[in-house]
Amino acid sequence: MPDPDILIAGGGNAALCAAIAARRAGASVLVLEAAPRFYRGGNSRHTRNMRLAHDTATENLTGPYTEDEFWDDLLLVTGGQTDENLTRLMIGESKDMLGWIAEQGVRFQPSLGGTLSLGRTNSFFLGGGRAMLNTLYRTAETLGVTVRYDSEVADLDIDDGRFQSATILERGERRSISAQAFIAASGGFEANIEWLKTAWGPAAENFLIRGSPYNRGTVLRCLLDKGVAAVGDPTQCHAVAIDARAPKFDGGIITRLDCVVFGIVVNKFGKRFHDEGEDVWPKRYAIWGRLVAAQPDQIAHIIFDAPSLTLFMPSLYPPITAPTIRELAPKLDLNPDALERTLTAFNHAVRPGHFDPTTLDDCATVGLAPRKSHWACRIETPPFYAYPVRPGITFTYLGTRVNRETRLIMQSGRPSSNMFAAGEIMAGNVLGRGYAAGVGMTIGSVFGRIAGTEAARHARD
Amino acid sequence: MHATEALAEAGRLMTVCNSCRYCEGLCAVFPAMEMRRAFPDGDLAYLANLCHNCGACYYDCQFAPPHEFNVNVPVVLAKVRAESYARNAWPGFFSPLFARNARATSLVAVVSLALFLAGFAIVDAQGLLLVHTCPGAFYVLMSHTAMVLVFGLAFLAALAALGAGLANFWRGISEPLATLTSPAFFAEAARDAVRLRYLDGGGIGCMNEDERPTDRRALFHHLTFWGFMLCFAATCVGTFYHYVLGRAAPYPWWDLPVVLGTAGGLGLLAGTSGLLHAKFRRDPTLRDPENLGMDTAFTASLFLTALSGLALLLFRATPAMGILLALHLGIVLALFLTLPYGKFVHGLYRFAALVRYARERRALAAAAAEP
Repeated sequence: MPDPDILIAGGGNAALCAAIAARRAGASVLVLEAAPRFYRGGNSRHTRNMRLAHDTATENLTGPYTEDEFWDDLLLVTGGQTDENLTRLMIGESKDMLGWIAEQGVRFQPSLGGTLSLGRTNSFFLGGGRAMLNTLYRTAETLGVTVRYDSEVADLDIDDGRFQSATILERGERRSISAQAFIAASGGFEANIEWLKTAWGPAAENFLIRGSPYNRGTVLRCLLDKGVAAVGDPTQCHAVAIDARAPKFDGGIITRLDCVVFGIVVNKFGKRFHDEGEDVWPKRYAIWGRLVAAQPDQIAHIIFDAPSLTLFMPSLYPPITAPTIRELAPKLDLNPDALERTLTAFNHAVRPGHFDPTTLDDCATVGLAPRKSHWACRIETPPFYAYPVRPGITFTYLGTRVNRETRLIMQSGRPSSNMFAAGEIMAGNVLGRGYAAGVGMTIGSVFGRIAGTEAARHARD
Repeated sequence: MHATEALAEAGRLMTVCNSCRYCEGLCAVFPAMEMRRAFPDGDLAYLANLCHNCGACYYDCQFAPPHEFNVNVPVVLAKVRAESYARNAWPGFFSPLFARNARATSLVAVVSLALFLAGFAIVDAQGLLLVHTCPGAFYVLMSHTAMVLVFGLAFLAALAALGAGLANFWRGISEPLATLTSPAFFAEAARDAVRLRYLDGGGIGCMNEDERPTDRRALFHHLTFWGFMLCFAATCVGTFYHYVLGRAAPYPWWDLPVVLGTAGGLGLLAGTSGLLHAKFRRDPTLRDPENLGMDTAFTASLFLTALSGLALLLFRATPAMGILLALHLGIVLALFLTLPYGKFVHGLYRFAALVRYARERRALAAAAAEP
């Protein structure tokens, strides 16, 4: 096979949008996916929607979502740790994305059951992320993009900020491929526990990885080692508290638990450590990964009672249950006295109110530390239930710095002449911290399309 | 907890799917699942019969094999469906016919064919191999009354067994009778069934060999269904001609019963061969080898019915007429007799499931509309 104009490392949403855009611009494109065919697409396989600005309601979106509102939301969740120039570019381009992605064959649907809060802002893929990926792959291959599975980019030859060639490890065999331009769209490093440990210490051993086991950050490491400027903090990531019984990798969305607000959360000593009812769950779920990561042995337990059992979305594993709190404790490896003390103190601190799961209600504790600000009801009706939880890492933010053309910025501050990046590997430019649902896919699609277009322009010149 | 292994696996899958819900826009199964948190066997049988086996949820699933969660909804629901056919069969001692369906159906066909041949030979051994062209030519070999008697009885028996099976199914899913008799729900289900609304991969087309939506099963099913209905219409018109107009078969090629029957027969030939072809090209991971016989025997019977009927039409003015008539009548009788004990019942149970879904969808919309 002759060397392609453009070599793309990665096979997810960003890689495919880049490949399609580049191919449509006339370039020959080779996509190298490290995973086998079934696992293609990295974490895009587990996604379900993307957040795109739009000025009017559509068939599937319940109302407008302006650029300014999108910007305000990102400013809020990142606490200002975002590159305004790039983020405003992304938001502006996102308006065109809904149409562009649909032109590639991807189909949308109204927001899924249990996700009403996203019905105005987020476009849901019909059939989910893998359905979207299947469509993008079909479109790319129809256009003439070549895709190789089980093909990992193991090393890069970079000379003075210019990509020369890549060393490919394809089913155990090494070979070299040159190209006019290189696009890094190979995701983050969350599946590389050793790397996580350099940032988090031994605690990272207890992290569960919610997505692809193939996001090992090989390309990211290589780029950073060879002079590309880094962006973001290695300890920043999207992390939620997921069922501790989930598999180490790739458990996806079904191990999430939406019941924190209806109970109390205790650590291995049976002690509470954070306000479970601080705010509505969609605004708080993404802090609990870090909260549990900070607890001893990175384990915690959500405890609730019978009336709460059906108030939240069902999840994969059944709750652990017992007729009394004292009987529940040993099933969770907790000291019965400690758990009972915590629960008694909590129940005594609960003040009567009007319980309403749909609003920030007036059920709160008084004189308890930490406080539970809303939905605080006495936990007293058997049977009692518990879910053990651990930090589940969705994706990482440490990445490569890019400019508006998605060109990699070298440590010298100069943009690379022929290297580009899109998706999770450069998400840290937009997300210094925090997260808003569906933004990962926005980053992938918008910057993927730009990277493909720019790389094709470079190859043509 | 669950009566069978397939039901236990279906229960496990619905728990997985209910925690994910990415597929809720694809068909009726997933919205119906979302209305529940627990999945007793009756509800699983209902969900299984709502499934049209379009394959989309398998290729869209991030947890499909080789993933350790091993989510393969189309195959597991197909198994549960097949079990529900057998469990609800009436009389119950015919249930095992589903497990050895191809053999049972073939045996019934061979025996009924032999009986017709023997009957014809006894009635008129010479006439069997002669050319008959006069009106009423078919009835030289078997009187019209005898035909009406044999086929009428077989048809009534099939209807009774089908009705009793459907009643068993309906009791099993614990739905009140009022739902089934509600004109609104019935009409909505009829619209969904006739259009094969849920045999379309969520709008993109079905998947059969791989994740590309290139499958034509919906088209072939339409050809089969409407071919069957045209043949049924041909029979009705023929009956009308015979009793009301006093005109006996065979009719000329341009006459309504022949036109209807020919069009229906061609539709059946094209439709059933398309369906059988798709069955053998199906992605191996989407196949259910245990029920391959049951899945194909009814389709094959329809194919043979159409083929023998058209052959009879083509060669009715030759000495082959007697043999072909015996062949056709034998196959049709076998088709009637095996209707309640084969794949045919999928139409009834799926329709019933759609009626229940119409009721549930209405209830959900009403609940959502409440302030």
